[in-house]
Amino acid sequence: MNPERIELIVDGTPASLDAPPAMPLLWALRHGLGHTGPKFGCGMALCGACTVFVDGKPVRACVTPVGSVTGQAVTTIEGLDDPVGAAVQAAWAAASVPQCGYCQAGQVMGAVALLRATTRPSDAQIDDAMRGHLCRCGAYPRIRAAIHAAAERLATAGADD
Amino acid sequence: MIGADGVVTVVSPKAEMGQGITTALAMLVAEELECRWEDVRVAPSPIDRIYGNIAVVVDGLPFHPDADGPLVRSMRWLTAKTMRELGVMMTGGSSSVRDCWEIAREAGATARVALLEAAAARAGVAVSECRASQGRVIIGEQSFGYGELAADAATRRPGRVTLKEPAAFTIIGRDLARLDAAEKARGAPLFGLDVRIDGMKYAAVVMAPTFGAVPTQVDTAPAPGVHAVFTLEPTGFGDPAAVVAVADTWWHAREALRTRGITWSESPHAGLSSEAILADLREAAREPSGLPFRSVGDTEEILAQATRVIEATYEAPYLAHATMEPMNATVRVTDGTAECWVGTQVPGFARKAVAQVLDFDEGRVTIHQRALGGGFGRRLDVDFIAQAAAIAKRVPGVAVQLLWSREDDMRHDAYRPAAVGHLSAALGDAAQPIRAIASHSASQAPFKSYSRRVGFALTAAGPDKTTAEGTWDQPYAFGAIRSTHAERDVPVPVGSWRSVGHSHQAFFVESFLDECALAAGRDPLAFRLAMLEAHPRAAAVLRLAAERAGWRADGTVVDGVAQGLALHWSFGSLVAQVAEVERGGPDGFRVRRIVSAVDCGLPVHPAGVRQQVEGSVVMGLTAALRGAVTVTGGAVVQGNFHEYPLLRIDECPIIETHLVASDAVPTGIGEPALPPVAPAVANAIARLTGVRLRTLPLRLPAEARV
Ligand code: FES
Ligand code: FES
Repeated sequence: MNPERIELIVDGTPASLDAPPAMPLLWALRHGLGHTGPKFGCGMALCGACTVFVDGKPVRACVTPVGSVTGQAVTTIEGLDDPVGAAVQAAWAAASVPQCGYCQAGQVMGAVALLRATTRPSDAQIDDAMRGHLCRCGAYPRIRAAIHAAAERLATAGADD
Repeated sequence: MIGADGVVTVVSPKAEMGQGITTALAMLVAEELECRWEDVRVAPSPIDRIYGNIAVVVDGLPFHPDADGPLVRSMRWLTAKTMRELGVMMTGGSSSVRDCWEIAREAGATARVALLEAAAARAGVAVSECRASQGRVIIGEQSFGYGELAADAATRRPGRVTLKEPAAFTIIGRDLARLDAAEKARGAPLFGLDVRIDGMKYAAVVMAPTFGAVPTQVDTAPAPGVHAVFTLEPTGFGDPAAVVAVADTWWHAREALRTRGITWSESPHAGLSSEAILADLREAAREPSGLPFRSVGDTEEILAQATRVIEATYEAPYLAHATMEPMNATVRVTDGTAECWVGTQVPGFARKAVAQVLDFDEGRVTIHQRALGGGFGRRLDVDFIAQAAAIAKRVPGVAVQLLWSREDDMRHDAYRPAAVGHLSAALGDAAQPIRAIASHSASQAPFKSYSRRVGFALTAAGPDKTTAEGTWDQPYAFGAIRSTHAERDVPVPVGSWRSVGHSHQAFFVESFLDECALAAGRDPLAFRLAMLEAHPRAAAVLRLAAERAGWRADGTVVDGVAQGLALHWSFGSLVAQVAEVERGGPDGFRVRRIVSAVDCGLPVHPAGVRQQVEGSVVMGLTAALRGAVTVTGGAVVQGNFHEYPLLRIDECPIIETHLVASDAVPTGIGEPALPPVAPAVANAIARLTGVRLRTLPLRLPAEARV
């Protein structure tokens, strides 16, 4: 457990901390660097609550050693600032997706990753992309509807450009 | 509270755990206040006796919901009065809107009148010349914003106020967006585990791996990044013995505990297993000697004489709450005072627990309420809060955040009790389908056990209504009924799990009624309706669900899809569901669609009601299809979501919800749509496969999976 100096870029800003490289990125973010957006749900990549992007790709921060992402760009929900993120978050609010809301940071990250890769996902594609995100409150029907709504909003906005 | 900027802050005594109470409560206040919805915010209230929860305990009395004799009325009154005096601030029992239906509107109306009076005084006119609209008081051509009147209005004490008639509502009944949706979609730091305080430390625990074990050996030497390692005795609020590490990050604390070579004493309950517990419950449910909850007519006699008796035994396992946010609490003890940041359904009990652990006056303890990352009854318990206080006591002056891992959370829950129900019925004719029904069930007593843990004397002894609820309190007219429950004592902690006794009793009763209907060769819908003539609201809900689902009275399987039906009455609300099930998938069947019809009185926030129904259906399906906590060797087996799977989005059926239009006083909606899910699905499976599943979770035998 010997700490090392670890440098990364979090939400566009260079950040560094002294931590054992084996420490999961989730705890480096939450307890080392003050980012409370990604949540802790299982610690075993089973629930999706801790989802962040590393170099644009979604990863489960609870099982990603911080030492493995040195020098890479980490995006938490707090740093979502592109049109896809904005569309997803607006759709989430409009459809009142969250109940307790605890899983929702992870759900939103999952939805953003999906829409960046697939502009008009089918129900099956949504299921496929989102099945790793658990929600004990049962927001699933609204998650599905909000992803479609966000996709539509983005398509219309794109058509206007 | 109204600020000079015109922003209206509604102080909510109810914890927001996802059920949307924040929004519904604000709507009640705003309706009477005549403010602009955009100006409304909600803040948690400090602990205050005025906010004690009355509805939840009055509902706990073992009277049939239709009963209204003088004795029943006076008992309800007496209990309500006791509750007011005890001032238990509790969010649970689907009671929040019911509890606040009048007082929240009165609060809004009182504030409106105070504002009118302030405006009248300022303009030098009579109050009758002023009217309130959209956050302003209008007097002829003149108008004042609420913000500019707020300071003066706050000094006024208007007398009695008259509330609007439902026809005049402009906010209640509207589908407004949830007030908390946007910030939750941003991952905002709302929850207990998002609390950050300068210089804080994080605590991890290893708790007794078997019921009642204590640590016998631990290496407590400090290590880099690790502040302290120590053992902790149970506080008496339900937490087991534990070894604790306090460190700079939670991960350091966890890692520190991994290498401590902790050994534990043998559990006094090392032989305890689910099989043995269920065998005992089966036997107990066979004995009609349990505590009688309702006895009308000569049930035993009719059953003994009847030529045709239907009989069946049903079983349900322990269930964990598995809120997505694991249990956590942050406590700081400084100079004889304590602060605690926590998401809890019971801030009053939380304060009491912290005070007792620290041996402080309650007045020296402050509870800072946080959003709850799921409650479902788990956060009625204060075990983890008491444990956090005991940890913080060992590191004075430092705020310590205790966080349980998922495994800690799942293996140290207060579970939905395992239960067995034995039902028998004498069939009758078309006019009286069931001449007599007997329901004998057996389980631990969840609310009594809970009451003992938190020290709530009112319900710590005597009959626990939650054990048998869902059997004897339903709207059906039976020729005769006898309902008993045998309470068992088992060292597995049990508590309130969303809809409590209803969660499994509805499965027993509604599966059984279906078996009776099929045995009588009748359509399960017509069979039930014949017993609901005295209960038009229940009949209407059932008809609505059947009509919207396209119910097939002949029970045929069309395009591979079979239907099943269930009705249940809980927390004052009626819910009927039709489940559609088809062949396929690893289980041999798949739930395609759940259509619900709901009568919860006047829906204050219809979108919120529908959302609660969706959530209850999903949670009910998880329980019906997957949920089981098992005990082996005195320990809970399941630790994480691979062993206790939750329904996923790709398994989530189409969920349709229809609300009955009503002007009746609003009743509960956080729980009532959960109980009918499992029986509706089981009834559909019986139609689809010919196999009657009487044990939860529903698993088809391999040969029936085709
Ligand atoms: S906390 Fe990382 S997937 Fe659950
Ligand atoms: S909104 Fe509560 S867990 Fe998803």
